[in-house]
Amino acid sequence: MNGLLSLLIFLPVVGTLVVLFVPREKSSVIKWVTTLFAGAEFLLSVPLWTFAGFRKSGDFFFRETRDWIPSLGAKYSLGVDGIAALLILLTTLLSFISVYASFSAITKREKEYYAFLLLLETGMVGVFCALDFFLFYVFWEVMLVPMYFLIGIWGGPRKLYAAIKFFLYTLAGSVVMLLAIIALYFFNTSGFLWWKGLGNLPTFDIVHFQTIASSIPGDLQLWLFWAFFIGFAIKVPMFPFHTWLPDAHVEAPTAGSVILAGVLLKMGTYGFLRFSLPLCPDALYSNARFLGLTTVGWVAALSIVGIVYGSMVAMVQKDMKKLVAYSSVAHLGFVMLGLFALNNAGIQGGILQSINHGLSTGGLFLLVGIVYERTHTRMIADYGGLSGVMPVYAMLFMVILLASIGLPLLNGFVGEFTILTGAFLADWRWAAWASLGVILGAAYMLWLYQRVFFGEMTQEKNKGLEDVNVREILTLAPLIAMCLWIGVYPKPFFEMTAKSAEKIVATVAAPGLRHAAREAAPRLAAVTPTGAPAAAAAAAAAAAAPAAVAEVK
Amino acid sequence: MKAVAILPWIPVFPLLGFLVNGLLYLVSHAKLGGKDAPKGPHGDAHGAAHGSAAHDDHGHGGGHADHHEIPFAAAHAVIGPAATILSCLAAFAAIFLWWGETHGHEGVVATMWTWMPMGANPTWFGGKAIAVDVAFRLDALSALMLGFVTFVGSLIHVYSVGYMGHDAGFGRYFSYLNLFMFAMLTLVLGASLPILFVGWEGVGLCSYLLIGYYWDKDFAADAGKKAFVVNRIGDFGFVLGIFGCFALFGTTDFGAMFSLAAADPGRYAAGGLLTAICVALFIGACGKSAQIPLYVWLPDAMAGPTPVSALIHAATMVTAGVYMVARCNVFYRISHEWALKTLGENATVWGLLTHDAAFIVAVVGGATALFAATMGLAQTDIKKVLAYSTVSQLGYMFLGCGALAFSAGIFHVFTHAWFKACLFLGAGSVIHALGGEQDMTKMGGLRKLVPHTFVTMFVATLAIAGVPGLAGFFSKDAILAETWGAGYKVLWALAVLTAGITAFYMFRLIRMTFYGTFRGTPEQLQHVHESPASMTGPLYVLAAGALLVGWMGIPKFLLGKENFFERFLEPVVPALAAGWRPEVHEMAHSTEFILMGSSVLIAFLGIFLAWTFYSGAYPFAMPERIATSLGGFYRLVRDKYRVDELYEAVFVNGLIKKGGRLLWEIDARVVDLIPNGAAGLAVGMSNISAWFDRTFVDGAVNGVGNTFQTAFRGMRRAQTGRTQNYALTMAVGIFGFVCLYLLLT
Repeated sequence: MNGLLSLLIFLPVVGTLVVLFVPREKSSVIKWVTTLFAGAEFLLSVPLWTFAGFRKSGDFFFRETRDWIPSLGAKYSLGVDGIAALLILLTTLLSFISVYASFSAITKREKEYYAFLLLLETGMVGVFCALDFFLFYVFWEVMLVPMYFLIGIWGGPRKLYAAIKFFLYTLAGSVVMLLAIIALYFFNTSGFLWWKGLGNLPTFDIVHFQTIASSIPGDLQLWLFWAFFIGFAIKVPMFPFHTWLPDAHVEAPTAGSVILAGVLLKMGTYGFLRFSLPLCPDALYSNARFLGLTTVGWVAALSIVGIVYGSMVAMVQKDMKKLVAYSSVAHLGFVMLGLFALNNAGIQGGILQSINHGLSTGGLFLLVGIVYERTHTRMIADYGGLSGVMPVYAMLFMVILLASIGLPLLNGFVGEFTILTGAFLADWRWAAWASLGVILGAAYMLWLYQRVFFGEMTQEKNKGLEDVNVREILTLAPLIAMCLWIGVYPKPFFEMTAKSAEKIVATVAAPGLRHAAREAAPRLAAVTPTGAPAAAAAAAAAAAAPAAVAEVK
Repeated sequence: MKAVAILPWIPVFPLLGFLVNGLLYLVSHAKLGGKDAPKGPHGDAHGAAHGSAAHDDHGHGGGHADHHEIPFAAAHAVIGPAATILSCLAAFAAIFLWWGETHGHEGVVATMWTWMPMGANPTWFGGKAIAVDVAFRLDALSALMLGFVTFVGSLIHVYSVGYMGHDAGFGRYFSYLNLFMFAMLTLVLGASLPILFVGWEGVGLCSYLLIGYYWDKDFAADAGKKAFVVNRIGDFGFVLGIFGCFALFGTTDFGAMFSLAAADPGRYAAGGLLTAICVALFIGACGKSAQIPLYVWLPDAMAGPTPVSALIHAATMVTAGVYMVARCNVFYRISHEWALKTLGENATVWGLLTHDAAFIVAVVGGATALFAATMGLAQTDIKKVLAYSTVSQLGYMFLGCGALAFSAGIFHVFTHAWFKACLFLGAGSVIHALGGEQDMTKMGGLRKLVPHTFVTMFVATLAIAGVPGLAGFFSKDAILAETWGAGYKVLWALAVLTAGITAFYMFRLIRMTFYGTFRGTPEQLQHVHESPASMTGPLYVLAAGALLVGWMGIPKFLLGKENFFERFLEPVVPALAAGWRPEVHEMAHSTEFILMGSSVLIAFLGIFLAWTFYSGAYPFAMPERIATSLGGFYRLVRDKYRVDELYEAVFVNGLIKKGGRLLWEIDARVVDLIPNGAAGLAVGMSNISAWFDRTFVDGAVNGVGNTFQTAFRGMRRAQTGRTQNYALTMAVGIFGFVCLYLLLT
């Protein structure tokens, strides 16, 4: 199926062009054309799910390579592995739902709105497909523009502040990322600053960079890691780079929030997986400590702070969307913690939780949007007792909420549980701290639910609220179905990511073992008895460390 | 047909019941919005009618739905109980087949699908993959639980048809109750800790939904949330325990873990992770089974309908913690033996508390038993008395487990299910008869008016008070004897004292409710009626249980026969490797008789005191005198030692709300400085350079100057939202990129 990825990338742009040619008054034609394109896009992405290769190997499939800018060595190079494929599926699903969910929410300048929505989809799919750094960067930036306009034009009262903050913050991060890319580029060819180059032909090929990762000197890896970190951590967002998120979420229109939370944040975690871990494995356990923590220690610490801090701040929010936004900070903290547990359980859990967060938080934003359209307020205090007038809505909200707080048999549990298992195996204290988020998550979400749905109906004007209509149910139904599917039978999802995760774990394993040998594994011994695990770990570390060191030399 | 073939179907019936009941309820109550067009409130007064109309526990209070038809009432009344009864039949069929296959010696496991394949980790367990399977296990312990959960569950479903018959939320009620059965059965059948946890969280959710069943009442919604969150605090420990098991064994499957641990206890006990796991799991148990310090949610949980209190908050769910500890008995036994080996001869209480997880269980259980019993003394709400009594009895069960007498602990779980369910349903029947009255000071003299309720409740009260021959007597006595046998004499003394207090407050309840003269309103008296057969029927069945089930566990020294109950559970308490078996202290028969005699004596003392204190037409004269003489201490007990207020002030308002607000302030003022400060810096620098440009560079070097000026103005303008600048920024970025390339190659 050659050309599938190109088709997936450019189909939405074609849709944008078509929409631009529809007369502005024909609002329903615009809507249905957009729906058609988004729907077709989703259907076309389904082969990524059924393709068996991802379940057998962690390689890139559906490869396409064409010369693009020969003088720079930049190529139009596409390809996906299981992780990227899963994220593309999430993107096409959420984009389709967002279009359908916007029908009644957007009443002004519909033509531009739907055009931007489709353009955004191109950028997002492109990011996940690109196997060339140059191309990746282009898509990464392309994505920003439509989102900027979605917030800036169709947003709430403080839309300009939010849009600019979002744009500049992300841009600042990506400029630093660009520096890292340039450094890699020159290191690969002629050398960068005082680092002697490898003398290879100029290229931006990501796969090539992954193969030369072991030749990158440790100190350069450390710089690269932190440069990438700034770029991706802002996108995720990790504490303390998260403050753009609540503003952007609150001001964005519903569909914007769904895409933002569902897909755009995952670009950050995807970046960590695709670049930071495979390209800078030595940086992870570098001897360069800051305040006693290694690189991994710092990222884990920031993730945990994000979890606890995000949950605590979510607790006191008065605005529903802001509450959900801060809960996103906490959820993404879990994802990051999983990735940096650097074992299969953690990484697979992290990826799965990325998907889960897209589904459940996307669902929560849709749900908030539904009452917002009816009452034009997002303040929790303006609600209360809604269970009586909107029983179906209350039920749908409850299911998505339970998915979000990690109730077993719904998706959030599978993700969190896997992440925490991985984290515990890496360092039990991480899991202990992060598990606090599980308590706090239940507290702020149930308190929100109580204030919105339970108690006497105090607001006279809410007494006539209409329950959800069929279109609204249809927008939520796929999300709920997915939540149940992943919650009950997540095996196919694990299979999608297992091979790629194994590949990443293998890359970071050697530095990890060296580190363990250096530390003489005191931490492992502290947690584990003299039983098999610790003994095996120590033995493996001792055996592998010299070999690994020799390998690098 | 084999037992494993039936296992997966047992929880399926209640799940189907949940779906059908829930859908019928939603279909009959939903008024879906129309087309997107007219949005916003339009003052339709009917909108809120059914929502706020009919919710009150007090069946006949505000929650009257006689006037409007309950949609699908008949369907709900059939589907709800039928789902559970079918499940009960399937359960007994499975148990029967399993007994035929193994004679109870082994467990059978039905593995359905791989749930969470978490991959292999190179340095752990020799690269073996860790995974969680969806699998059910039937062995002696789960068979026992399965039997009484489905049977008592069926009775309570039938009872509910009568009790909730007038409630507008009838369908919602049954869908939640069916969902609860599904979760509880998953909990009991789960073949690994994570699957047990699935049920564990599931029952927690249903508990939340049913406590908050009358959701328009703030106290009910509050109580539901409190239950869920306090349980989550326990779950924090539970999940850490599960992760610990992964780290220690590489699996969480019961069969695999316990055989590994039992075969080589020394290897797993050393280092203390196993004890840590035990403590972590017990924290989980403290949440679910309402032990100190996490007991506070259970008394509040009485905000739910009374059959729910009977099923979930007395007979089944709250005993899940005991079940879990008993399930993991291998761990606790190893932890105990390891502590004794490490501490040696001079083991102090403090030493045990820091090394011996089982001892912690015993201490917490014993303390909770006494503490909760004292709180039960001063309550006047009939359900609250029973609630504290449940907390106290759960403490007993943990005391048994902590003394490593797991079969005694589970025996008490089993007998308690019968008499406590009977007591709660009886209380429900009384409340039903009085139109929602729960205050015992407004009852009295109901003996003749609700005779069936009285007889059955009286039998159950005799059972819980420990009157010889009834269910509670044998199980409580087993725990007391084992506690003494384990050498925990102080705990034994506390437990005996608790037994006396239990007998006292239970007979206080009987005296206040059924004896003396009626103290309610004349209208209430006029309407008092015995409940329908759908309610009294289950009461009689449960009372019969309270009378008889204790005979399953008659101790050996009485009849000379092996204790049947203990024998039955033996296969789930597997022997540890040589050198790790506790020494068996055979007690002299005379000691056993003295122990039994003392508990009987104190029970009768309690009954006698209650009977005399609360006698006469106005039965409060004597108690009031005592209360006055106790003064502040009495008020402290009546106010439940003000623990709730303390938690509220420290954790809810202090740590969480104040902490959250503080962090939010920090978020806005400090963390947000990163982007805002950077933006300010950029604007400032732009201004400086613009000034520099104007003053020094002026027009002389226009080419370069203009480029910079434009660029920096662009950055400044970024704050005003001109979009073309962003395109420019990107262009500059790419330009710089190309320049760098050209420069460096």
